[in-house]
Amino acid sequence: MKLGLLRQALKNLRSKPLQTALSLNLLGFGVGMVSLMLVTEQQVNDAFERNIKDIDLVLGAKGSPLQLILANVYHIDAPTGNINQREAEKVLKHPYIDSGIPLAYGDNHEGYRIVGTEHSYVEHYGGTLADGALWQAPFEVTAGARVAEDLDLHIGDTFYSAHGLKDQTDIHTNKTFTVVGILEPNGSVLDQLLLTPMESIWYVHLDDGETLDPETREITAMLLKKRNPLAVLTIPNALRETNMQVALPAIEVNRMTQQFGLGTAALRAIALFIMALSFASIFISVLDNVRTRRHELALMRTMGGTPSTLYRLLLIEGGLLCASGTVLGLCLSRVGMGVLGHFVDGQFHYDVYNASMLGSEWALAGGAVLVGLLASAIPARRALKLDISRILSEA
Amino acid sequence: MVQAEGVQFQYSSDGPRMTFPDFACASGDRLLLLGQSGTGKTTLLHLLAGMLRTDKGTIQVAGRDLKTSSDRELDAWRGQELGIVFQRAHFVQSLTVEENLALPHQLTQGRVPHDMLDRMALMLDRLGLSHRAHALPRELSVGEQQRASIARALLHRPKVVFADEPTSALDDQNAQTVMDILDREAAEATLVVVTHDQRLKDRYAQCVTLQPHGS
Repeated sequence: MKLGLLRQALKNLRSKPLQTALSLNLLGFGVGMVSLMLVTEQQVNDAFERNIKDIDLVLGAKGSPLQLILANVYHIDAPTGNINQREAEKVLKHPYIDSGIPLAYGDNHEGYRIVGTEHSYVEHYGGTLADGALWQAPFEVTAGARVAEDLDLHIGDTFYSAHGLKDQTDIHTNKTFTVVGILEPNGSVLDQLLLTPMESIWYVHLDDGETLDPETREITAMLLKKRNPLAVLTIPNALRETNMQVALPAIEVNRMTQQFGLGTAALRAIALFIMALSFASIFISVLDNVRTRRHELALMRTMGGTPSTLYRLLLIEGGLLCASGTVLGLCLSRVGMGVLGHFVDGQFHYDVYNASMLGSEWALAGGAVLVGLLASAIPARRALKLDISRILSEA
Repeated sequence: MVQAEGVQFQYSSDGPRMTFPDFACASGDRLLLLGQSGTGKTTLLHLLAGMLRTDKGTIQVAGRDLKTSSDRELDAWRGQELGIVFQRAHFVQSLTVEENLALPHQLTQGRVPHDMLDRMALMLDRLGLSHRAHALPRELSVGEQQRASIARALLHRPKVVFADEPTSALDDQNAQTVMDILDREAAEATLVVVTHDQRLKDRYAQCVTLQPHGS
C-alpha cells in the first residue's frame, strides 16, 4: 500500500473538488493568458524581424505608410496602389540608395499572392531551392514551400491566376502559369508567395495583341536598401511632388507594436490580476484546510506525525495545486495558440503556432509555482503550532 | 509500564489547578480511571499520552519519562508505542478505512510492510469490517467507526493502549461488545481506560477514581 504524503495530498485535494477546481482554473486561466501573450508577442516579433531584415525603405504609392509596409514586406494587407516603374527606377539611382527589389502584384492563386519580382528577392531572404529552378521566362513560377504544400504544387503543374489578392471570381484564363521550382521552407515571407518575373504580372492583364508601353509600366513597390543614412531624410523630400512615398519599416512596425503594446499591457494586467486571485484562492484554501481539518491534523500528530510532517503535507497540497494550475495554464495557452494560429494562418498564411516553451514561459511557470508555494507556506505554518489536546477535546 | 506520581496540571495561570492521584499499572495489566464530568479525565489521558505537559509530578509510560522527552521524540513515540482510542472517532476523511489504519505505520516508518497488511485484513475480519475496508469514514455507521478506531489504535501492536470513553455513547450490549474487543485485541498491551461509565467500574481489578478538579 502506497500512502506517502504526495498520495495523501492528492486524496485530500480530490475530496474537495469544487475548491480544488476553483483554484486550479483560476491559476490555469491566469497563467494561460500570460503565456499566450508571451508566445504571441514572441512569434509576431520573430515574424516581423525575419521579414524586415536589411529593408531600410519601401517605395510605393502614397497612402498609409503602415499599409505600404504591411502589404509589401509582410504581404498581409492590400497595396496602397501602383507606381510608375521608370519613376521608381529614378529613385533607385539616387546616390544615397544602394539597391532595390521591385515587386509587382495584384493577382492570386487560391488565396496565395503571385508576386512579380527579380531573383534578388529570393537571395535577399536567403531562399534556396528544394526542387526545380528559379523562374526565367514569363509565366514561370517558383512556389514558396508553404504554398506548394498547401496547394499540392509540383514541378510542371499549371494554374490560372485570379484577379485580386484573395478572390477567385475573376480568373485570367488567357494565360497559364507553370511551376518550375519549389523553395525550401525558411520561415520568411517567401514561404507563402508564388514568385514569377515582373512581365508575368504585366502580360496577364493585356488583351490579345495588346502591347505594353515601357513608359507606362507599373509596379507595386520597391524594397530599398540605403547606402547613406541621410536617405531616410532626403528621399521623402525628393518625392514630395510625386504620387510616391517611402516608408521606413522599422519605424512603422515599431509604431504598430507600440499600439499593440497598449492592448497587450492591459490584457497582461488582467491576467496578472487573475493569477493574484488564484494565489489568494490557494492561500484561503490552505488556511481553510488547517481550520476544517484540524481534527485530522491533530489526529496525525497522535499517530506519529510531527509538526513538520503536517506542514509538508499542506505545502505539497498547495504545491500540487500550483503545479497543476501552471501545467493547465500552459496547455490552455497552447490550445489558444492553436486557435490563434489557425486564424492567422487562414487570414495571412503565417504559421505562428509554437508548441515549444519559451524561456520567459519557464520563468513564468517557475514564478507561479514559487508564489503559489509561498501562498501555501504562510497559512500552513499554523499546522506547526496546533494545540492537539484542545482540538481533540472539542466535541 | 504506566506510572503517575504527584501529577498537577493547570491550563492557564488563572484556571483551576488539577491534582491527580498517583497510580501505577504494570505491563499487560488493565487500569480503569473512573471519574465524573469535570474530574479532568481527558486531561489526564492527554498528559499520559504526552499531548500535554505536567506542571508538577512525573509520568512514565512504556519506560519513557514524558517530562524529559522532546516534542519530536514524543511524536514518534506516540506513533510507535501508543494506541489511542478517542471518545469521538476521528479519521482522515479523504482516506479509506484501510488507509486510515495504515497511517501510523506510514507516519512513523514511511511505509506499510506486507505483514502489517495481512494483520490488518485479519483484524478487520475479526471486527466485522472486512467489507468496509475500502469505504470512506463518513460512509461508516457510528458502531463501525468505533470499531475501526479501535483497530487503528491496535494494529501496530502498541505497548500501551489508552481508551477515552470508549463506551459512553453505546447501549449495554454494544458497550459490552466494544470492551470485549478492546480486551481481546489489546491482550498483549497495557490497557488504560478513562471513563465516567459506571457500568465498567467492576470490569478491572485496578480502578482509580478521580475527584472533581483532582482535589
